[in-house]
Amino acid sequence: MNVQTWTYILVGLTFALYIGIAIWSRAGSTKDFYVAGGGVSPLANGMATAADWMSAASFISMAGIISFAGYDGSVYLMGWTGGYVLLALLLAPYLRKFGKFTVPDFIGDRYYSKTARIVAVICALIVSFTYVAGQMRGVGVVFSRFLQVDINTGVIIGMIIVLFYAVLGGMKGITYTQVAQYCVLIFAFMVPAIFISIQMTGNPIPQLGMGSTLNDGSGTFLLDKLDGLSTELGFNEYTDGSKSVTDIFAITLALMVGTAGLPHVIVRFFTVKKVKDARKSAGLALLLIAILYTTAPAVSVFAKTNLINTVSNEEYSSMPVWFKNWEETGLLSFDDKNEDGKIQYVADTSKNELTIDNDIMVLANPEIADLPAWVIALVAAGGLAAALSTAAGLLLVISASVSHDLVKKVFKPNISDKGELWVARGSATVAVIIAGYFGINPPGFVAAVVALAFGLAAASFFPAIVLGIFYKKMNKEGAISGMVVGIVLMLFYMTKFKFGWFGGGTTADWWFGISPEGFGSIAMIANFIVAIIVLRFTPEPPSNVQEIVENIRIPSGAGEATGH
Amino acid sequence: MSEKQKKATAYWKENVRYLFILLAIWFIVSFGAGILFKEALDTIKIGGFKLGFWFAQQGSIYVFVILIFVYVRLMNKLDKKYGYND
Repeated sequence: MNVQTWTYILVGLTFALYIGIAIWSRAGSTKDFYVAGGGVSPLANGMATAADWMSAASFISMAGIISFAGYDGSVYLMGWTGGYVLLALLLAPYLRKFGKFTVPDFIGDRYYSKTARIVAVICALIVSFTYVAGQMRGVGVVFSRFLQVDINTGVIIGMIIVLFYAVLGGMKGITYTQVAQYCVLIFAFMVPAIFISIQMTGNPIPQLGMGSTLNDGSGTFLLDKLDGLSTELGFNEYTDGSKSVTDIFAITLALMVGTAGLPHVIVRFFTVKKVKDARKSAGLALLLIAILYTTAPAVSVFAKTNLINTVSNEEYSSMPVWFKNWEETGLLSFDDKNEDGKIQYVADTSKNELTIDNDIMVLANPEIADLPAWVIALVAAGGLAAALSTAAGLLLVISASVSHDLVKKVFKPNISDKGELWVARGSATVAVIIAGYFGINPPGFVAAVVALAFGLAAASFFPAIVLGIFYKKMNKEGAISGMVVGIVLMLFYMTKFKFGWFGGGTTADWWFGISPEGFGSIAMIANFIVAIIVLRFTPEPPSNVQEIVENIRIPSGAGEATGH
Repeated sequence: MSEKQKKATAYWKENVRYLFILLAIWFIVSFGAGILFKEALDTIKIGGFKLGFWFAQQGSIYVFVILIFVYVRLMNKLDKKYGYND
């Protein structure tokens, strides 16, 4: 059977599975819709969190980015996993004890203020929408390459699937489909990685294969070989970066703190029964995520070495079939500058003839390594699972922000549970349509902004939540001004250096030599400082709020999550 | 301060002490070994890995996972000690 047939079979089977689960786990109440009834086991929640977290970016793009960035790519590996330590130790248990439905719920109640709640809703919407547009695009790319439909049709098929199970099942449907999606995506990521690791180094464990010697009898270590190849072609050594230490530090910190502050991740910890379960499921989530995150850098090394060996200084006419396939999608292009019919892949841009999109490294890796057709098809199913699971989680945050935090808590407090459930479904539908629109007509800034969503989350939510738990006397004036200053500063810096607003600027103008991706760290610190200064000049919070804080610090007696 | 409050305060203090220790390790393996001291550690090689590079792309992640499970164990014990396990 060929790749095409296999892809139809595997993608069809997994989609049928997701829909089946969605029908089985429909939501009957707002509690089902927002927090899956509050009775999810730590393992199921861990798997769902892992699938929720690992997006199209983790599955499709990350290994490719690291392939081209080498050591500099470490910021994503450490940043997107280290955040879970902060989440488990500083946020998850206390937010679970607090026992509400959404992040703005916490901010609004803890800071006894509608303004704080609305600021939190706006931050949640900005962060989630930038993120979800990227996911829909990812769905489109996978469809267009593997199922030969155009990207727009792909996006629409993805929209219908997500709409079906997110709108019908809410958090309950999403949780159990995410459990299935985790299994699909991790299997799809690991199988080719193990195959290639055996092929190149003889070691079946990619994490070890990456540090082993090559299989060709030369006794050279794989990483030394790649360092050699890279310098030969004029690139930096793979194991050395080109970014400054300050910038690497700042980006890693911004990604870690941003991870811990992302509403669609935090909200998952509202779904377990007890505080104890929240801690445990954070650990399980990270363990399950770490399987992919420690394999990805190995895949990067294998793929880069394979790629250089296959294309460098070879005849264009003798390129394998995958090369032509990917040229058609536009993700790979060859421009024979010196007209010698050979491919020159070098660091010098005036001589380099090959342009490669990051995303190819994972998607084409099995083809480059000449793996069986079913493995290639599996990667397509895995990429779709990763994109759909994250999109669904984000859509839920968007719909809950609108139906619960705005409609129920601000505009129409006496709405019935049934009415609220319908508003939630309606806003999820609208959100899917908007996300789909951006997937079909991606504004040029989507890719740039997805990475910055972390900076925005770091600059707004993280300080407000941490202070809310660990600083009993923190008041609403401090928290609100901190959040506003943090997010405005971050938006200013990112629009200035990414879109050229406010006079623009070049790398040389960066403050403290920190890139927009890393600026979330600075904006976060500004948030903390402003909050603490404002606190000094404003009244302390009422005593009942201080009691809430004392109460969430004690794990026992965590009632069921309530919204009322 | 009531008996109940004293207990709560003592529990919180121990909790915060654990957090400081665990977060110190979190910082040392990632920002320390993986970034600030990467150059120095790279002079040591284990198998095909330069040590600083290994911490940045592998080691720190393993330590993160272990840290959370250690935290889970410590807190479960602490909850029991103070009778907050239900």
